[in-house]
Amino acid sequence: MAGGKEIKSKIGSINNTRKITSAMEKVAVSKMRKAQDRVAATRPYAEGMRKVIGNVANGSLEYRHPYLADREVKRVGYIIISTDRGLCGGLNTNEFKKVALSLKSWKDKGVDAQFAVIGNKATTFFKRFGGKVVAQQAGSGDVPRLADVLGSVKVMLNAFNEGRIDRLFLVYNKFVNTMKQEPVIDQLLPLPKAEIEQKAHNWDYLYEPDPQPIIDMLLDRFVESQVYQGVVENSASEHAARMVAMKAATDNAGNLMDDLKLVYNKARQAAITQELSEIVAGAAAVG
Amino acid sequence: MAMTVQLDVVSAEEKIFSGLVESVQVTGSEGELGILPFHAPLLTTLKPGMVRIVKQFGEEHVIYVAGGVLEVQPDTITVLADVAVRGEDLDEQAALDAQKRAEEAMQHAGADFNYAEAAAQLAEAIAQLRIIQKMRKK
Repeated sequence: MAGGKEIKSKIGSINNTRKITSAMEKVAVSKMRKAQDRVAATRPYAEGMRKVIGNVANGSLEYRHPYLADREVKRVGYIIISTDRGLCGGLNTNEFKKVALSLKSWKDKGVDAQFAVIGNKATTFFKRFGGKVVAQQAGSGDVPRLADVLGSVKVMLNAFNEGRIDRLFLVYNKFVNTMKQEPVIDQLLPLPKAEIEQKAHNWDYLYEPDPQPIIDMLLDRFVESQVYQGVVENSASEHAARMVAMKAATDNAGNLMDDLKLVYNKARQAAITQELSEIVAGAAAVG
Repeated sequence: MAMTVQLDVVSAEEKIFSGLVESVQVTGSEGELGILPFHAPLLTTLKPGMVRIVKQFGEEHVIYVAGGVLEVQPDTITVLADVAVRGEDLDEQAALDAQKRAEEAMQHAGADFNYAEAAAQLAEAIAQLRIIQKMRKK
């Protein structure tokens, strides 16, 4: 029985792998549901924030915040959100590809770039890729906290305020649906014009104490909440991508096992046939 | 029936309260504020403290917020709450930590780097084993 034992042990090992991938799939499904709920929970804050900023942008004419003013681009900053762990298909690779493309177009214009990375995968990538990494954060786990992103955001906001970067982008995987996650590059600073709604009639808030500190704080919070939403969205994408990847792996393992079982049975049958014909031949020779 | 106004208390991580209220009491940066329906538009920062809500039909409700912003419109009140107590020093510290981690991650061999090295060594060892096995068969 040539190779029978090897094939059998191979089938066993594939079966074990399949058990693991199918377990990972099930875990990813339940984590994805929770992450989706979290995405929905972060929306009201961003909406409320956008509404207030829209109102403020009309009222305070005497104070123009630097976050609202476009300036000449000499250096750009990126906040890049990636996953901590792998085995989630091409999620991170696609994202980094998109960043590399956008970087190239900036480099052609002679613009430098700085990075703040969130997640282990981005850290590893930018270590190999090169580039100035000014902030790093990893290990947020499955329930990202706002506090996890504050440090990296602050570094980039300081860089913007001090003129070390003239534009700030946020890169993350947008959760479209379970089957589709899209890497997106959003401009955070200066605030894109579309974010600021224009109101027809003229009115203003009563400010306590002054407009300036409130607006400063609001805009900082707004940027933070955008980054946090990116993190949450990326986490939902991660689990969805892992779910799909693990489902494919489980299916493939099943196919492989079926094929190997066929090979195994053929080998077994061949061995029996051979043994039989040997016995028959032997008996004929004696008889 | 008392007049009511829509109140939303939200933080970046979750929606804390949403519903009709008769009045709201908060700790503003300049002092205590009581807001009733049809208040003039107002924008103020909040200090860490309690938000006391009198819900429709007079039921009271107290929420703790760690600071944030209060926005008042005649028909809606929004509290954009912070999730934790914030301060310039704490934020600065978080920023410094993030920077330090970046430097460390770029300088020292990270976990993934070791992994790649280990994988290469493993591949080499497997290749050697194969050669040995082949030689034994001969």
